[in-house]
Formats: sequence, structure tokens, C-alpha cells
Amino acid sequence: MGKRDVQEVNAGSMADIAFLLLIFFLVTTTMDTDSGLSRMLPPPVPEDQETPPPIKDRNVFEVLINSQNRLLVENEPMELRELRDAAKEFIQNPLDEEGLPEKEEKQIEYFGIYPVSKGVISLQNDRGTQYQMYLSVQNELAAAYNELRNELSQSKFGKKFDELEEDKQDAIRDIYPQKISEAEPKNIGGK
Amino acid sequence: MAKFRKKKGSGQQAINTASLPDIVFMLLFFFMVTTTMKEVALKVQLKQPEATELSKLEKKSLVTYIYVGVPQKQYQGTFGSEPRLQLNDQFSTVDDIRNYIVQERESMRESDRSKMTVSIKADFDTPMGIITEVKQALRKAQALKISYSARQVNQVPM
Repeated sequence: MGKRDVQEVNAGSMADIAFLLLIFFLVTTTMDTDSGLSRMLPPPVPEDQETPPPIKDRNVFEVLINSQNRLLVENEPMELRELRDAAKEFIQNPLDEEGLPEKEEKQIEYFGIYPVSKGVISLQNDRGTQYQMYLSVQNELAAAYNELRNELSQSKFGKKFDELEEDKQDAIRDIYPQKISEAEPKNIGGK
Repeated sequence: MAKFRKKKGSGQQAINTASLPDIVFMLLFFFMVTTTMKEVALKVQLKQPEATELSKLEKKSLVTYIYVGVPQKQYQGTFGSEPRLQLNDQFSTVDDIRNYIVQERESMRESDRSKMTVSIKADFDTPMGIITEVKQALRKAQALKISYSARQVNQVPM
């Protein structure tokens, strides 16, 4: 026999190595799930629309951001860290004060008749405002709403808002609707 | 003829499985290459802003992205250093948004079109002017569900 037996390399473990690699890539490739602040834009205004009736001053919480990223809340300068509590107080109006928004009695599922605030948060920014600042303000306002919803949900159902059933969440959303309106941009404070 | 007959007698022959790993590797490489190919190459500098009250965007097929930021270094010669929009793979202007949205909407299933979400991925340092223009363009294009993309942190910079 002139032919020699060539020893075969044991390739049985190659498949294991390949699988190991496959699993490694599966684990390490982070499916970068996008997260963000969700908002609804108002539909475009038809040109022949009448101007809506003005909202009472006490029902509007005015937040202005200028190009230096400074806040003006209800005509008073304010720091960002104070905004959340100010917004909460405005929405809730716990003492039914004159200067804070009116309430409207509404029939709400699970709660019966409940006074719902008529307050609207109006947000206005300058063209030069930094995006981070704008988002921080939006974030604080959203946080104010979320905290109120959580507090209510804790006291009524003993659970966090996120853990509630869909219809209970809707009921709480009816009590604390997220009303953030954005005005058309203006140049506040110059460039 | 004699040769064939000889083989017949030698019983069942094992199939050589040495090429099996190669097949697995081929599959692995195929998936690795195809999954990275679909990603959009970023042409703008993007450092996402930070926020705490985020919600996740569930279905990726329903999300359309708009990138806003200063062009990256290698594009600054042609496109300048002012914040620009990037739609798909190219630099665009605010006027292109409408066509882009229409196009993206067409490519969706009809039942999904109302659930379309536009994710605005903007650099944290972008001035609001361009973002407001984007928002106005989206309103005109009837893409009203938007999301300001941000990074989850425990505390926003004050």
C-alpha cells in the first residue's frame, strides 16, 4: 500500500465553537431600543378657523424659555429644579386658591364625581433655546404629571400607575390629562 | 464494472460532517453582514439629550427617524457646520420632510399607518429653531405622533 492514512482532524468541536460565537454575537448586539418622550402634535390649523375663545389667565401656567436657557414661569424667573413642584401645585390646586386653575366636576369611572382641573400648561421657547433645555422642561412637566398620577393611583388602588389595568389607567388619565400646549415660536429675549 | 461491485460490499459509509461547521459559519456571517447593513450610517454628530420620564418605542416597523445635528467632520466642508437634517442616508432640508413622511407612510401596511410614530433624534446642543421647523413640517404632513428620543438617566442636568 503506497497510500498512507491521513489522520483526520477531529472537527466535531468546530460546530460548538461556531455556536459559541453565534451566541456571543446574539448577546452582545444590543437591539438598541429607542426610547423617548412621546408627544402628540396638534393638527395643522385651517386658515379660516376662528380664533378660539381665550382661556382664563388663572387656568394657564405659562412657561417661557429664552435663548439663554433661562426659565420664566408665570412671569417669575425660576430654576429648573423648582419647576416640577410648581407644576404639580398648579395642576392640583390643593387649597382651591383664586390664582390657580378652576376645577370641573366630572363623572369618572372608579372615582365617581371628581373635580378635574381645567389648567393648561403653555410652553413657549425661543429659536435659540438649547434642545437639552427644552427636553428637560418637557421632562419635568411630564414628571409632574406622572408623579400626580402615581400618587393618586397609590392612594386609590395601592399600586403604581404603570402596574394598573388599562381602564383604571384611563380613569386616572381623565383626572390628570396631560395638557401641554405649545405656542408658535417667537424670539424671546433676542438672539 | 468490477470496481463498482467491490464498493457495494463494504457496508454503510458515514457522511463526512467536517463541513458542517463551515455551513454554520456561513450562516453566522450571512446574518452578521445583513443585520448591520440595514442600519443607517449617521452623518450628523449625535449626542442624545438626557431625560428621566421616557417611554419605549415598541414596534420598530412603525417608527420613522429624523436625525438633527451638526454634520460630522468629514461632511462639514460640503454641508457647513450649522445643524442639518438627515433623512435616511442623506442630508435634507425641512421641505423634504413632507415627501419623506409620505414615502414612509406608503411603505407601511394600511392598518399601521395611523400608528406611525416619528422619532426625532436630535443632538442635545441643537437650537430649537430647526426643531420647531421640523415639528411644523410634521404637522403639515399629518404625522402627529412624535417622540423626542433621549437617553435614560436618573437625574436630568439642572
